[in-house]
Amino acid sequence: MLAGEPLASRLWIGTGGLTSPESVRRVVEAAEPGLVTVSMRRTSDLAAGGLLATLRELGVRILPNTAGCLSAREAVLTAELAREALQTNWVKLEVIGDERSLLPDVVDLVAAAATLVDRGFTVLPYTTADPVVARRLVDVGCAAVMPLGSPIGSGRGIADPHAIAAIRAAVSVPVVLDAGIGTASEAALALELGCDAALVATAVTRAEDPVAMATAMRHGVLAGSLAAGAGRIPRREEPRASSPMHGRVTV
Amino acid sequence: MQLIVNGRTTRVRDGLRLTDLVPDPRGVAVAVNGSVVRAADWSHTRLRDDDRVEVVTAHQGG
Repeated sequence: MLAGEPLASRLWIGTGGLTSPESVRRVVEAAEPGLVTVSMRRTSDLAAGGLLATLRELGVRILPNTAGCLSAREAVLTAELAREALQTNWVKLEVIGDERSLLPDVVDLVAAAATLVDRGFTVLPYTTADPVVARRLVDVGCAAVMPLGSPIGSGRGIADPHAIAAIRAAVSVPVVLDAGIGTASEAALALELGCDAALVATAVTRAEDPVAMATAMRHGVLAGSLAAGAGRIPRREEPRASSPMHGRVTV
Repeated sequence: MQLIVNGRTTRVRDGLRLTDLVPDPRGVAVAVNGSVVRAADWSHTRLRDDDRVEVVTAHQGG
């Protein structure tokens, strides 16, 4: 559930890096995602037309983002364009601090989030793995927080699992791990740490076999979600035999 | 007059309306001089010399 609406899966897919509508279709069919993200770009820059038509045909929920925006002002305008073009109040809010690190500018992020919440948006902000910032975002009315595992496209996984767990503990809205996941076990870890969902883009779209990785991610998220609810054993300093000592053969 | 459409300078006839520039509103959105113009207002929005028009749609993106 997110902002009162059920989503079919805890795996979200970013379409960046998929070059054709056909590759989008095959990845979405394999991943069965709860939603997919799209960016907003000038029409003349459209490399592959028909993305929207493909996604609508697949019946998957579309979440526009403000990828590439470098200020609160740019992000707010992009969100408003997305609402108009796609007829959705939901936006994945990204305000990037610089084009090299691709890390969020959290000062502008909180400001843009507050503006968009005021204007009726359901705001899902991409943020640093910092529980204090996460709380600030929730304070201004964000419907979820989306902390990064490691920098966008780095595939370095969840660099600081404790920070993700701390965010989970700090806020009551859904937490969606965003950025850094490189393979299915890392998506599983996100869910085990208490995240409600994981967003994966590069790890799938630039894998050698994107369809196979999309399938792996679907299972990874499912495994992590089940494990999170299963109550894992505590870590112990000393080993403990799993077989009973009683009744064993003696010679 | 001239417009700057998606960053490119374009010569158009005076008094051009947004609907003339973007006939089909499906899946696209328009901003003029940094403000969104809703599709319902396109038919009575006349563009002016040097207006900056952005026309955007969904594209692949993380």
